[in-house]
Amino acid sequence: MAVVQMPARRRHMSALRRREAIAGLLFVLPWIVGILAFTVYPILASLYFSFTDYNIVQPPRWTGFSNYTAIFTSDTDFITGVQNSAYYALISVPLGLVLSLVLALVLNLRVRGVGIYRSLFYLPSLAPPVASTIVFLMLLDPSHGVVNVFLTTLGLPAPAWFSDPSWTKPALILLSLWTSGTATIIFLAGLQEIPQSLIEAAMIDGAGRWQRFWKVILPLLSPVVLFNLVMGVIYSFQVFTQAYIVGHDTGDPVGSTLMYMTLIYRSAFKYFRMGYASALAVLLFVAIVTVTFVIFRVSRAWVFYEGEQHNA
Amino acid sequence: MARQLGAKVDGATVVAPRRRLRRIIATLVPHLLLALVAFLFLWPFYWMTTTGFKSIEEILSPNIIWFPGVWRWSNFGDVLNYPGFPFLRYMVNSFVYAGSVTIGTVLSCSFVGYGFARLRFPGRNILFAFTIATMMIPTVVTFIPTYVLFRYFHLLGTYAPLILPSFFGNAFFIFMLRQFFMGLPWELSEAAKVDGAGEFRIFWKIMLPLVRPALIVVAVFSFVWTWQEFFQPLIYLSDPDTYPLSLGLFAFQGERTTDWQLLMAAGTLTTLPLVVLFFAAQRYFLQGITMTGLKG
Repeated sequence: MAVVQMPARRRHMSALRRREAIAGLLFVLPWIVGILAFTVYPILASLYFSFTDYNIVQPPRWTGFSNYTAIFTSDTDFITGVQNSAYYALISVPLGLVLSLVLALVLNLRVRGVGIYRSLFYLPSLAPPVASTIVFLMLLDPSHGVVNVFLTTLGLPAPAWFSDPSWTKPALILLSLWTSGTATIIFLAGLQEIPQSLIEAAMIDGAGRWQRFWKVILPLLSPVVLFNLVMGVIYSFQVFTQAYIVGHDTGDPVGSTLMYMTLIYRSAFKYFRMGYASALAVLLFVAIVTVTFVIFRVSRAWVFYEGEQHNA
Repeated sequence: MARQLGAKVDGATVVAPRRRLRRIIATLVPHLLLALVAFLFLWPFYWMTTTGFKSIEEILSPNIIWFPGVWRWSNFGDVLNYPGFPFLRYMVNSFVYAGSVTIGTVLSCSFVGYGFARLRFPGRNILFAFTIATMMIPTVVTFIPTYVLFRYFHLLGTYAPLILPSFFGNAFFIFMLRQFFMGLPWELSEAAKVDGAGEFRIFWKIMLPLVRPALIVVAVFSFVWTWQEFFQPLIYLSDPDTYPLSLGLFAFQGERTTDWQLLMAAGTLTTLPLVVLFFAAQRYFLQGITMTGLKG
């Protein structure tokens, strides 16, 4: 009996499985279309456009490496854009990480009202970048801004901020630090995941505050640090809105706010040099992928995953 | 290790009277630090809102003026009636834009997330790995061809390029919702299957209501991020009447560079809806940020 029934049941099962497979594919169908139309096609097309002369009205014309040669040999703004974006990323990312980590550590001391502080720290992240940049333009106004009024009252030197080319990027970095609340909340959640027993064990072993932080808390938090670091790098390399509102597409004053992303925007949508803009975009993409890869590679030395500990 | 411990204990017994003072400092210092940072973080908000009510003389005063002498609601009226800058219209546009993207994202991501979590189909694992990989792809390599694509379909200047992609899913939210669907008990869907319910019915009637908190997280974040969006509207929209608030505010700043009372009133109008949303759905925000960070 059983032997006879088996094939029938299996056929029944496979019919069910097939129906499930069809249903599954239908459920993810929008995403398959989305990936093809908004990820795969654009990446391939960006690469292709970067080897062409393309003004969007006429079809792209193959020009080989000429866009890339032009970027490296005759585009002086390219170097400016790279320098500005690198300056911004190299300072705002580490500062943001340290600030949010310190805030999270203080919040994790189980002081009263943690919930309120957490919400208050997050609030600035809600302000649309256009609004927050204009607010900072006002606060840091060289002559009437409240920051400089305050600094002068104290007898301190008052920089011209967004009017002085050497102070525009520090001002933009201040603006980015203002939105450290998101990273703070992520760090705090990571800290709360650390088992209290491990910290107590370290205390019994005689580890002081400082040692507990470096030897226990930071290693256990390192995956979260890595996450915030990678996200910060990807985001800050592509910084655009804040810099564009301050310096428009010329990077005023004197090119000091001309970010790399501004260059791409300007080439594509002001001069309609889509091929050239694509070449710039491909270079930035390669830079981001390389930096991310290096971070992940180096992270093996300092990121600690709990799973490994159990295996060892 | 033992010597260290001994030294610590000795030290503690010798300085016993100082410990109380140290404990007071230990509780006071964090509070002072947090209060200071909270003050610094909130202060730009405070300054934006109050400046929106000030007169230009108060703004240009060489002294710091903490409160406007008279609360000038008229500044807000001036912004709303400013010729050439229809702020009410911008606000409606922003609501329609962010609302549509939210609907599109929640719908598409819950379908796709469910498919990945609960249904077996060939190629599922590869497709899912690919989905994770796309989270790391910076938008910089996708926006030019996407623009070309929408130009080809004569959709430049409309909201289609801004809204349509959201109906095709978002890697980040798909991943999040998948985790939620995976956590639901399998007995539920099997029981429904025995009762003869189809996959769609199980999803729509049984599973979807169970992940409601996660759907709210997706909804609030896509709403906020769309409301804040500047770059996409900047490249796709050209008619000022179609601008969302972010772009309208930028254009307004170009016109009234240093009329801070008007700019701040407009900035307050642009920010306020998100602040209201935040206080209405606070726990979903905090939950969402926590999840994204730790699952990453």
